[in-house]
Amino acid sequence: MSQSGRALPRWADIGLLPLINVALAVMVAGLIVLAIGESPWKAVRIMIAGALGSPEGIGYTLYYSMNFVFTGLAVAVAFHAGLFNIGGEGQAYIGGLGVGLAMLAFDGELPFVLLLPIGLVVSMAFGAAWAFIPAYLQAHRGSHIVITTIMFNFIAAAVMVYLLVNVFTAPGSMTPESRKFLEAAHLPMVHELMAKLGIKMPFTPLNISLFVALLACFGVWGFLWHTPWGYELRTVGYSEKAAIYAGMRPKRVVVAALCLSGALAGLVGLNEIMGVHHRIFLNFVAGAGFTGIAVALMGRNHPFGIVLASLLFGVIQQGGAELSFDIPSITREMVVVIQGLMILFSGALAHLARPFLEAVFALRREAVA
Amino acid sequence: MTTDKPGGQVPPAIELRGIDKRFGAVHANRAVSMRIPRGKITGIVGENGAGKSTLMSIVYGFYRADAGEILIHGRKTEIANSAQAIAAGIGMVHQHFMLVETFSVLENVMLGVEGGALLKQGAAKMRAEIERLGQEYGLRVDPDAIVGGLPVGDQQRVEILKALCRGADVLVLDEPTGVLTPHETDQLFRILAMLRERGTTIVLITHKLREIMAVTDQVYVMRGGEVVAERKTAATSAEELAELMVGRKVRFAVEKAARSVGSMLIEAQGVSLRDERGLRLLDRIDLSLRSGEIVGIAGVSGNGQSALLEVLSGIRAPTEGRLVVLGREIDASKPCHPSEMRALGLAHVPEDRHRLGLVGGFSAAQSSILGYQRDPAYCGRVLIDNADVTRRAADLMERYDVRPRAPELRSAAFSGGNQQKLILAREIARGPRVLLAGQPTRGLDIGAIEFVHRQLMTLRNQGAGVILVSAELDEILSLSDRILVMFEGRIVGEVPASEADERRLGLLMANVRSEAAA
Repeated sequence: MSQSGRALPRWADIGLLPLINVALAVMVAGLIVLAIGESPWKAVRIMIAGALGSPEGIGYTLYYSMNFVFTGLAVAVAFHAGLFNIGGEGQAYIGGLGVGLAMLAFDGELPFVLLLPIGLVVSMAFGAAWAFIPAYLQAHRGSHIVITTIMFNFIAAAVMVYLLVNVFTAPGSMTPESRKFLEAAHLPMVHELMAKLGIKMPFTPLNISLFVALLACFGVWGFLWHTPWGYELRTVGYSEKAAIYAGMRPKRVVVAALCLSGALAGLVGLNEIMGVHHRIFLNFVAGAGFTGIAVALMGRNHPFGIVLASLLFGVIQQGGAELSFDIPSITREMVVVIQGLMILFSGALAHLARPFLEAVFALRREAVA
Repeated sequence: MTTDKPGGQVPPAIELRGIDKRFGAVHANRAVSMRIPRGKITGIVGENGAGKSTLMSIVYGFYRADAGEILIHGRKTEIANSAQAIAAGIGMVHQHFMLVETFSVLENVMLGVEGGALLKQGAAKMRAEIERLGQEYGLRVDPDAIVGGLPVGDQQRVEILKALCRGADVLVLDEPTGVLTPHETDQLFRILAMLRERGTTIVLITHKLREIMAVTDQVYVMRGGEVVAERKTAATSAEELAELMVGRKVRFAVEKAARSVGSMLIEAQGVSLRDERGLRLLDRIDLSLRSGEIVGIAGVSGNGQSALLEVLSGIRAPTEGRLVVLGREIDASKPCHPSEMRALGLAHVPEDRHRLGLVGGFSAAQSSILGYQRDPAYCGRVLIDNADVTRRAADLMERYDVRPRAPELRSAAFSGGNQQKLILAREIARGPRVLLAGQPTRGLDIGAIEFVHRQLMTLRNQGAGVILVSAELDEILSLSDRILVMFEGRIVGEVPASEADERRLGLLMANVRSEAAA
């Protein structure tokens, strides 16, 4: 009752507050750039121009964003079931392993039209399988999902190192990576498609995973809010007791939700392995699994918000690369700092500005009343 | 100062003058004036949302009044936070306890008044104080017991102890009996009487008229944020107060049409339920329910009623015995899942409506399909028709008078009574053949109780069977056709409603074997 007088309007809660958080993060990042002795204005200009100022920049930004969409959705689905899946990194890694294995096995035998669905299914299945073990342990043995999924990230990393060094590396090669897939196992690039339509675009790693990502967003939205399974998943997330009362089976829902979450994370493998690099190699996930947590937090666990947040993090990733290239005193590590600040302000400190904003709106309401 | 009725020459312990408070569009208190005399028990009654709790929150410094003043012992006092209220000698016992469950009683009482960097000295002093208060007021609690493990009645005593140890001479109790068993309620009232004798001023906020009549000296009636009446308890009656609260005549008794029982709906034979440690929660229950009857389950709460509802609704499978629900045989090896029970036509209004009955974070419309999310009425093969769900929810809210009529509003934002109406609407609207109703009117105001009772009666008259678990004997007596009494997981007696009265049921509930145990 008491809260009703102070609540924020919906648009401010969803739109304004995250914007303020981003602005705060940018300001603090600016201070750090200033402390290094560079101009924050210049840095911001370079970042934005680098990420959005050219077709090439945009292509790279979107390519990075795709990974964040997948991992962000993964975190969001688990979150709606009341679970904190920190294992996106490992699930994406293993998803990529699955794609790689399938392509290495079939790229000489099957045509692309069959390899694409195989890649889709396998990446999701491997991601889901990697999530299944922690899910089962959580549901039936009470092992905390945060602990187990984190540990599974390490296991995934170790497994990949082992496989790459001992199994995949071509004899005589010095680099721990598999052979390159044949042409049939390459996802079409967006610039190639555009060229067919007569639009000239420079080369970028942006591939048709873009459409998979959009489909995934739409699918997750429909699943969570428009199907009985989504309804049950969200009920379990809010209250297990209510779910039992309502005739649901929370353990099953928990396992299913985490497997779906892992499947979404596994799609990162599709984008990286089948879409861009066409081989299995070390560390291709590069932290996208963790960034997904921030993306989901910032996007309020809603697919639309996740798309926006992914774009923002894509801009930071791509713009940051340009930045460290143009201003050598701002290193790659500085870009990680900026990303960290974004996560800090939109995640851990997400409600920092809320009391202030609430006071402002209360004043405004009084003025109107 | 004018000569006043209750206080004589002594200024009242608390005087409120023209207290006014708005929350946005809601005018919670309108120019409320009250005089709480020293050393007396003053009741404040009113329906849910009448402004009682807001008023006391202002007195305790949780909210600031928009206008008006507060006088403590005749002196104008600013109360901006609870620390100032405590300093002014006001202690509050909240409806939902403010206790640290993992702490001991002593640690809870000491919270905030530890007295120095090292606990030892303060603890010794506080222990002596708890001992003294326990002796003096019958507030006996083991200071070393862990609060989380205490029965609710004892937890409440810890709250009272907390207030007294902080030197409160005015004690405000907000709906103190909502969570208590009848026995615990009696004990509480004895403690209150003792406190009054020793000069403590007590304010009792409640919507239960029987309590007002039993313990108070004077009573204020609030309705729609205003004080509508002030009465000496001795000079009024429950009927008059009810009328004042609701603003119209209230019928306490529900009309019971002649019963015509039909087919067997539920039959339990020797049903037992053991928990993980092997303790019997239910002990060889025999029970039957036929169509067209309401079977009341009376008993002090915590004697297995919750377990009984869980077994009957399919949430837990019986560990021994045999159960037939709507033709489906159930035993330990053949459990029946709640979703299957629903499909058979069994509806369940759960005891713990906040946590079970609806999902606080869902909209009312979303909560209105909880348990029926796969009902073909709104769910196709894959998709739920949300627009249709909302439309139907709006219709349900209209028919069952759920206020406000806002299907998109979060379920948690509705008052307790309206949440309950929403749950009832969901469970009843499909015309179930069996309804399990657990404490269906707990915490509701008179108007809502009347409504719920009428719904249950209508359902019975239409030929459904109802199992009614309630801690309110009045409710059991006025609605049931047969009454079963539970004690320590067993059914210790069955009484036809025509032969039941409070005394007889009370004896059974306490498991006193006498002529009542027929």
